[in-house]
Amino acid sequence: MSVLLIVLPLALILAGIGVAAFVWTVRTGQMDDLDSPALRMLFDDQKPSDTKPRE
Amino acid sequence: MTTLTTPSLPHASPRTPCLCAHCRTIVPAGEVREDEHEQFCCGGCRAVYHAIHSCGLEEYYALRERMESGETPAKLADSSFAELDDPAFQASACVRDASGAMSCELLVEGVHCAACMWLIENLTRVVPGLVSARLDFTRSLVRVAWDPERTRLSAIATAMARFGYVAHPARAGEARAARRRQDRDALIRIGVAGACAGNVMLLAFALYSGEFATIEEPFLTIFRVLSMLLGVLAIAWPGSVFFRGAFAAIRTRTWHLDMPVALALGVGTIVGVVNTLRGEGHLYFDSLTMLVFLLLGGRWLQLRQQRQATDSVELLFSLTPRRAHRVNDAGMIEDVAVDALERGDILEIACNESFPVDGIVLVGASTADASVLTGESRPVPIAQGDEVAAGSVNLSGVVRVRASAVGRDTRVGRMMALIEEMSRRRVPVIGSADRIAGPFVLAVFLLAGLTLALHAHEGLPAAFEHAVALLVVCCPCAAALATPLATSAAIGRAARRGILIKGGDVLESLSRPGEIVLDKTGTLTEGRFDLREWIGDESMRSVVATMERGASHPIAAALAHAGDAHVDLERIEHVPGSGMLANLAGERIAVGSEVFMRELGVTLEAPLAERVCAASASALTPVLIARGSRVVAAAMLGDALRPGVRDTLDALRARGWATTLLSGDDPGPVSACAEACGFAPDAAHARVTPEGKREYIAQRAESGRVVMVGDGVNDAAALASASVGIAVRGGAEASLAAADVYMRHDDASLLVELVDSSKRAVRAIRRCLAIAIGYNAIAAALAVAGLITPLAAAVIMPISSLTVIALALRARTFGGES
Repeated sequence: MSVLLIVLPLALILAGIGVAAFVWTVRTGQMDDLDSPALRMLFDDQKPSDTKPRE
Repeated sequence: MTTLTTPSLPHASPRTPCLCAHCRTIVPAGEVREDEHEQFCCGGCRAVYHAIHSCGLEEYYALRERMESGETPAKLADSSFAELDDPAFQASACVRDASGAMSCELLVEGVHCAACMWLIENLTRVVPGLVSARLDFTRSLVRVAWDPERTRLSAIATAMARFGYVAHPARAGEARAARRRQDRDALIRIGVAGACAGNVMLLAFALYSGEFATIEEPFLTIFRVLSMLLGVLAIAWPGSVFFRGAFAAIRTRTWHLDMPVALALGVGTIVGVVNTLRGEGHLYFDSLTMLVFLLLGGRWLQLRQQRQATDSVELLFSLTPRRAHRVNDAGMIEDVAVDALERGDILEIACNESFPVDGIVLVGASTADASVLTGESRPVPIAQGDEVAAGSVNLSGVVRVRASAVGRDTRVGRMMALIEEMSRRRVPVIGSADRIAGPFVLAVFLLAGLTLALHAHEGLPAAFEHAVALLVVCCPCAAALATPLATSAAIGRAARRGILIKGGDVLESLSRPGEIVLDKTGTLTEGRFDLREWIGDESMRSVVATMERGASHPIAAALAHAGDAHVDLERIEHVPGSGMLANLAGERIAVGSEVFMRELGVTLEAPLAERVCAASASALTPVLIARGSRVVAAAMLGDALRPGVRDTLDALRARGWATTLLSGDDPGPVSACAEACGFAPDAAHARVTPEGKREYIAQRAESGRVVMVGDGVNDAAALASASVGIAVRGGAEASLAAADVYMRHDDASLLVELVDSSKRAVRAIRRCLAIAIGYNAIAAALAVAGLITPLAAAVIMPISSLTVIALALRARTFGGES
């Protein structure tokens, strides 16, 4: 059972990292707009130079 | 092929005779087919071209041509977006980043789908110097960053306008920033509460199993201390909102559901901490943290619903232009900001500009589209001495006006102030959950006292233990979740059906019949003129169509489709406010009203005159066509009823709704429409001003529920003062802001669905609430009897929440049974 003494703090640290990461995503605005990115991924990336129509 | 979605630039392809009809690349010599009109560069383009045509979408090509020619839609002609380059505006709204690029947020009109987003975000390839454009789709807010050395904000806005997206400077930037901060804080609280709840739950598993098996002492203490630390963290940080809410409720002496929550959290935490330190007794942190998490989740859902409603509001003040041409004392025209205008200033308004002020026409004659204020689709002739209202559009000639009211004193300004005030006053309604708060809090306190009294003989600590258990299981967790969840599920389903609902209270108001008031133009009718009947010489159709094609006038738009052929005409002349003149093979052709014909000395002879009279009686607007000195034909224009309107109204009446028609239009068309839609004669009111509509609604709203359905800005004040305001498709943005519900599709039957589904949704909400309260009641009874253990509390609470969640999400509302 003494493994718990290592595993438990470890688990809490991992959870803490998760929470910190979540707080960071929120603070940097990644959760502000949840609808647009879902649409944005539909578009192909195109290089700015690639404006010539292909056939 | 890729050019299908890439509208090419105005300067892109010089037109040579042999371009692919679809993608505009040069057709390889081998592919040219002499016998065909259209040439294609490849089989793929040919297939797509024919597919587009066979689907009836050939308008796509016309649209593409319009974009390439750089022609702007008439609606936009008045804005040069010069105000966006104003240093004062840029200082307040724009931010300069380290690399020297400026960035700013703009609200754009007309964003509908993913393709709009694609177009806007890819403007970077069209506008040199535009660094990035990111569109927030739900809010129609685009964040642009540009290089001030290479381009101007107005150039970016003009480019967007060419694609049909009119940009407005986003106001209330601070309010929005504050809202965003609030949203982020709420989300962080949920995240922290969730993480704490999950971990405390894991620890609780160990502790509960330890009660059945044995658990070694040091681990027991570690587990208990850890869950105390996590529990206190969850309650002190994310849970603090409940304490703040409860204190606020105490200070204002109202009942609030935060009070039992705060009490349970407070007492539970204190008991839990004491028991942890004592090393014996129950801990409640598993239940408490889960409570915080679930309640915050429910609150977040509710907040999001209300946010979406307020976010779309800010276009309100873009109705009047922001720059005006003032004629100064020296007779020179200067370009000034509208804010700088004063009463008595003389302003010049060009064709297709909107009037920045209320005023009196000094020089010139024109027609004005005052539909913003009156809702009447017919343009009004204006001449010297006539009053004009800010916000209406000058259609046909240059006029000078003397300002009689400016800014917020104008009629449209007052109306907007009213709408703003009303939307502010409308407190977000949490609905049924709030109404039960009082009795609920009282019951919980009484029960807690009862438990203490009943178990007093077991000694104070034991009695206290039971009371705490009661407080925990009585937390209105499921009840607080029930309403927001069931509501947002219904609102989400409605959105998929094209009905956008701004708040849960709407469902409740619509679930029982009341009075429904409808606007005519644009709501019951299509809101634009169509050629309904052609009387007389058919050969004049094409002549008239050719004459009217160049004009930007609602009537001209209807007549431009009168005929297909092109006729060679000379000296096409527009007579502002009256009609048009042209020469056809030496003969004068005149198109216009009866008054215009009289002025020209043209006679309207008997057989035609009678038929025109008969048609006018049925609420059609006649436009006479004269050749030489004789009227040879008449075009009868009318505003057609939208399909299915009659059935919808009958269905509503069958459900017990009283229907009323309020219109700003003349009595003739109104009574014709009322008859066609089955309104009682005394329930159809004509020539009602926007203020009159609002008064009528406000007066009726005092005595009962009034639902207003409208589309225009002239309906906005009425929409805002109704119990429920419903804006129909194509409506002005101001009416959308004022309304509670917005119908996205042009389908009248959605009204019936809205009413029916609201009824079902409210039933679902009540069911969820009943179950939640039932759980609470059973748990409370067990707790009073002293039978509840912390384990039972920890099991009952999530189960009740899960039942409610499942029920709320499964409820068949919009798009369900119908």
